[in-house]
Amino acid sequence: MFRVGLRCAGEEKRVGTRTVVVGHRPVSEADAYVAQKFCDNRIVSSKYTVWNFLPKNLFEQFRRIANFYFLIIFLVQVIVDTPTSPVTSGLPLFFVITVTAIKQGYEDWLRHRADNEVNKSNVFVIENAKQVQKESEKIKVGDIVEVKADETFPCDLIFLASSSTDGTCYVTTASLDGESNFKTHYAVRDTTVLCTDEAIDSLTATIECEQPQPDLYKFVGRIIMYRSNQEPVARLVLQLSLPPSKIKATVCTTLKYVWQSNPFNDEPWYNEKTKKERETFKVLRMFTDFLSFMVLFNFIIPVSMYVTVEMQKFLGSFFISWDKEMYDEEIKEGALVNTSDLNEELGQVEFVFTDKTGTLTENSMEFIECCIDGHKYKDCISEVDGFSQTDGPLKYYGKAEKSREELFLRALCLCHTVRIKQADQVDGLIGHPECKNTYISSSPDEIALVKGAEKYGFTFLGLENDFMKIRNQKNETEMYQLLHTLNFDPVRRRMSVIVRTTTGKLLLFCKGADSSIFPRVQQEEIQQTKVHVDRNAMDGYRTLCVAFKELTQKEYDRIDRQLNEAKMALQDREEKMAKVFEDTEADMHLIGATAVEDRLQEQSAETIEALHAAGMKVWVLTGDKMETAKSTCYACRLFQTSTELLELTARVVGESERKEDRLHELLMDYHKRLIQDVPKPRGSLKRSWTLSQEYGLIIDGSTLSLILNPSQDSSSSHYKSIFLQICLKCTAVLCCRMAPLQKAQIVRMVKNTKGSPITLSIGDGANDVSMILEAHVGIGKEGRQAARNSDYAVPKFKHLRKLLLAHGHLYYVRIAHLVQYFFYKNLCFILPQFLYQFFCGFSQQPLYDAAYLTMYNICFTSLPILAYSLLEQHINIDTLTSDPQLYILSFVGAGRNPWGWFEPVCLPCDRDRGAVELQKGCLYPQCFLLELSNVLCIAYSVYAL
Amino acid sequence: MAVNYSAKEEADGHPAGGGPGGGAAAGGGGAVKTRKPDNTAFKQQRLPAWQPILTAGTVLPAFFIIGLIFIPIGIGIFVTSNNIREYEIDYTGIEPSSPCNKCLNVSWDSTPPCTCTINFTLEHSFESNVFMYYGLSNFYQNHRRYVKSRDDSQLNGDNSSLLNPSKECEPYRTNEDKPIAPCGAIANSMFNDTLELYHVENDTRTAIPLIKKGIAWWTDKNVKFRNPTGDGNNLTALFQGTTKPVNWPKPVYMLDSEPDNNGFINEDFIVWMRTAALPTFRKLYRLIERKSNLQPTLQAGKYSLDITYNYPVHSFDGRKRMILSTISWMGGKNPFLGIAYITVGSICFFLGVVLLIIHHKYGNRNTSADIPN
Repeated sequence: MFRVGLRCAGEEKRVGTRTVVVGHRPVSEADAYVAQKFCDNRIVSSKYTVWNFLPKNLFEQFRRIANFYFLIIFLVQVIVDTPTSPVTSGLPLFFVITVTAIKQGYEDWLRHRADNEVNKSNVFVIENAKQVQKESEKIKVGDIVEVKADETFPCDLIFLASSSTDGTCYVTTASLDGESNFKTHYAVRDTTVLCTDEAIDSLTATIECEQPQPDLYKFVGRIIMYRSNQEPVARLVLQLSLPPSKIKATVCTTLKYVWQSNPFNDEPWYNEKTKKERETFKVLRMFTDFLSFMVLFNFIIPVSMYVTVEMQKFLGSFFISWDKEMYDEEIKEGALVNTSDLNEELGQVEFVFTDKTGTLTENSMEFIECCIDGHKYKDCISEVDGFSQTDGPLKYYGKAEKSREELFLRALCLCHTVRIKQADQVDGLIGHPECKNTYISSSPDEIALVKGAEKYGFTFLGLENDFMKIRNQKNETEMYQLLHTLNFDPVRRRMSVIVRTTTGKLLLFCKGADSSIFPRVQQEEIQQTKVHVDRNAMDGYRTLCVAFKELTQKEYDRIDRQLNEAKMALQDREEKMAKVFEDTEADMHLIGATAVEDRLQEQSAETIEALHAAGMKVWVLTGDKMETAKSTCYACRLFQTSTELLELTARVVGESERKEDRLHELLMDYHKRLIQDVPKPRGSLKRSWTLSQEYGLIIDGSTLSLILNPSQDSSSSHYKSIFLQICLKCTAVLCCRMAPLQKAQIVRMVKNTKGSPITLSIGDGANDVSMILEAHVGIGKEGRQAARNSDYAVPKFKHLRKLLLAHGHLYYVRIAHLVQYFFYKNLCFILPQFLYQFFCGFSQQPLYDAAYLTMYNICFTSLPILAYSLLEQHINIDTLTSDPQLYILSFVGAGRNPWGWFEPVCLPCDRDRGAVELQKGCLYPQCFLLELSNVLCIAYSVYAL
Repeated sequence: MAVNYSAKEEADGHPAGGGPGGGAAAGGGGAVKTRKPDNTAFKQQRLPAWQPILTAGTVLPAFFIIGLIFIPIGIGIFVTSNNIREYEIDYTGIEPSSPCNKCLNVSWDSTPPCTCTINFTLEHSFESNVFMYYGLSNFYQNHRRYVKSRDDSQLNGDNSSLLNPSKECEPYRTNEDKPIAPCGAIANSMFNDTLELYHVENDTRTAIPLIKKGIAWWTDKNVKFRNPTGDGNNLTALFQGTTKPVNWPKPVYMLDSEPDNNGFINEDFIVWMRTAALPTFRKLYRLIERKSNLQPTLQAGKYSLDITYNYPVHSFDGRKRMILSTISWMGGKNPFLGIAYITVGSICFFLGVVLLIIHHKYGNRNTSADIPN
């Protein structure tokens, strides 16, 4: 049960701070209470209301180029005296629009209902020392809200007090950023005691904080009671951001209309024009004629094609979710299709961006070994679970001092943010049957480490009132007072705790990546450990170094003061904290290092090989360190032993001032090797596997930012393009130490290259969401955070193989045939109409009856091709999966067509890529249609002469 | 045609038509709703499929069979078409030598009408019923403006439309503030030449009886076209308040003397109102019925055609023809279909022979490399 003050997120950007009066009680009579206006707490995720549904929905629908095109045709038919009645195109359009409107209206109704559910949900608000039940939408800024366990926060909240006396609460932010792990939030010390309704009612305070802002993770504010104070915060933002839908609108070409002067004396005695007709301008008459021809031939692109294509995509996507081979027995989930629009793009993927942790690997960490003072400790029993009994057979490769050993293990037990949860139903956590306890942590590494320590006899028992309890090897319980936790952040890449032992000693334990620990410890200690760390990294383990330092009381007091100061700062809190951390975590002593294994997923190596063979370029984008990532890449055969590796990392570039120049040198060098010295392969269709030497590129985050965001602008774009060229020449690229946004940056860079290749991103975690959204096709791991933001979700990485090679290929071929067939049959249908114009004086006389024109595509000819496009397997699925080369043939071969002249008409494909983007594809017949109309107009003019 | 059945095997022993039950059972009881996909042939895309593979063994017989079927059909049709007697005279009078040359620049209202006589000889006798057509060339009855220039409800006898014709009829809707009946360009331009046929024997001309009824479609005559209704049967009274089409010499109720062939239900008028699809067309004018079984309908010999030349076609470079034709089960004379059949059949047969030779000579070299797989 939490007691929480409330804030509300407004949309408008305001500068300065806002002041919230807790519980609507004026702080003092003297202060003029200026009621600030805040927005209410109603959530609106629906798009329409009853009133604006019709205009807004119609506007939305006609923003689609296809609908707009048909609307224009319809309007032309209504306005101009055209050969076919407006009904012929109006009816199907009306049908399509109505069906879509009903569908969208229904979806919006569901959204309204969901909104109402949230808005009308009951929330307990404390008013005058009593719990009052309120509807969520009626919460005002400043109300004190009581939230019970496992409830959703109704609004942005500031944490005042919780049922636990130490004033903590665990919050998941799954609905905000997709991270389902628990984050601990602390209440301000002064308010933690206000646990009862009466007590909280006595609180008179104001909260000063920033205006609402889009950054989820930053909140600066202070609570003013009688003295200024700082308070940590549980903050939720009620902004539902919908992933940008992939609208690909291609704009139609300009209409070229060669107008010829027209004597127009085609008026035999038996067929005179009306007076009005005679009086209209010739130019206008020509234009009207042109429009009439256009209307007459617009059946080449029928409205119903869009319906059929949509149906094909929608129904076709079921086959993906029905696929038994993509069902995973462990998580009891099959593939999931969130967007059916992209089925055929699965068949044209050229670049695959994959996350490493959790995607290529299992992300179930296992403590493998550790090294204490350069001595290696390795568990000879490799078990996945059941650590608890293994006090036992450890193989010691030499032995460190006993005291050092214990110090190391204590460090492992203390230096973490793991919490113990007694309850059983926690999402995504590793159970521990023997202790009936579950470790909760924001990172699986920490759990692995704590379990590792447990294996060696030191068990973490939990945190009670700032005291951490440990059971040591002798089964005694040790208590440590937790004074400060210097939380992990990706910039520092380490975390520390400051604890006080029962004897009063003050200890700082620090663990972190080797690169961040080594500079901060005594240099002479590094050497032995470094050997182990490097070897472990080569083996593909994730390594962490552990260091400690003893603090004197004086030092601690200083640190304590500094930390509190920094925490209270309203401005630049981040920088100040970082500064204090930097000062605190210095001059430590290295104790040892740990190695945690992240196992490869089954068949990820085979899958990568298959993707390679299918002509796709696989890029691994990971936040991991280079050595670990590299070894994983070798393990999953992204890099072969024959692959020549090009490195663009901090290591080769160096840390010096000149690193930018050095980087540029390297870039030029690689560029020379890869592009200039290699004889140009003939034609763009030749793909990289034809090259004899395969290249792999390794780049890390810092170097990448150096390339993409250089300090001086001079020639930056030049190096950027060189870098891109190098990347494109490499069969495999490994980007390590990537921040989530950098991942997206890379994807965007590749996506925007010449020929705009289709990109695919696959990942599991919240840090992959940005790149999943950026890529053309986003694939999430089933049951993970990324799944809801992705277009497709599959349980395992290996399922990518069937998804792309079989389903993608088939859908690509199917939809290509579908579209081609549609144009073919309509061309056949309309061609006689075209030819007939030569026999009827170019008078736009339709050859077919209006009903037949209307029904031809809707009823008479749509079902067989729909069935074909759903079921056709030109190659057996098994063959497709086992022979990845067929994948290339599909999209290289699709551009081949013996009917040279016919090609632009019946092949809606880009020659190079064979993209069947429908919008794009429709341009050809549309142009063809205009062309037909042109031809006739000209012929007419000639005839009339 | 060789059919290569490649029904995919059921991979794991589940029956193909297992249905949803199979999947649910595997998931462990109905209580827990499982998302495990059903193992059906349809959902797993394992439906039996076949792929025809073209080999010499299938293609060659196909060619021969097509050839052997098409050639006789073609010959049959061709012969039938050739047995149809057809005789055609162009009486436009473009050539100065033509008797109708004097009438070439005739106008609508020339009185007395220009008449001319054309003599011709039938080489063969016409045995069965003879159909007499008039044909026009370069006359765009299919022009969009022309096609829609009519009021069907007026023609169907609707009294309100009779006095207030549809706007589609413009500019042939009203004349001197009176509604035109029948309105529109089609009606206005009705063919009004009169053709009379005489058998010339020893300088005596015997008129051949021409039947003017039964030349229109039954539905047109009885359903689509009706005279306006009112008191009595006097058409003159019924058409009161309307005026004749501009180009017509007489109003619509004076088209014929017989009441069941007068007004809108005049068959010549109905035939004209059914617009032709192409600019060169023929329309049925009269029927010549076979009198007795002993004599042919039209025996070989000399004939003369008397034309009352009213219809001007020279202004738009048109032609007028008179056609006499018999018909068969496949309609009028049309050699194209037969020739098309014979051509396709012959090409198939010829290709069959060529491929057979090629197959016989080179076919057995490397049978294994037939289908690179």
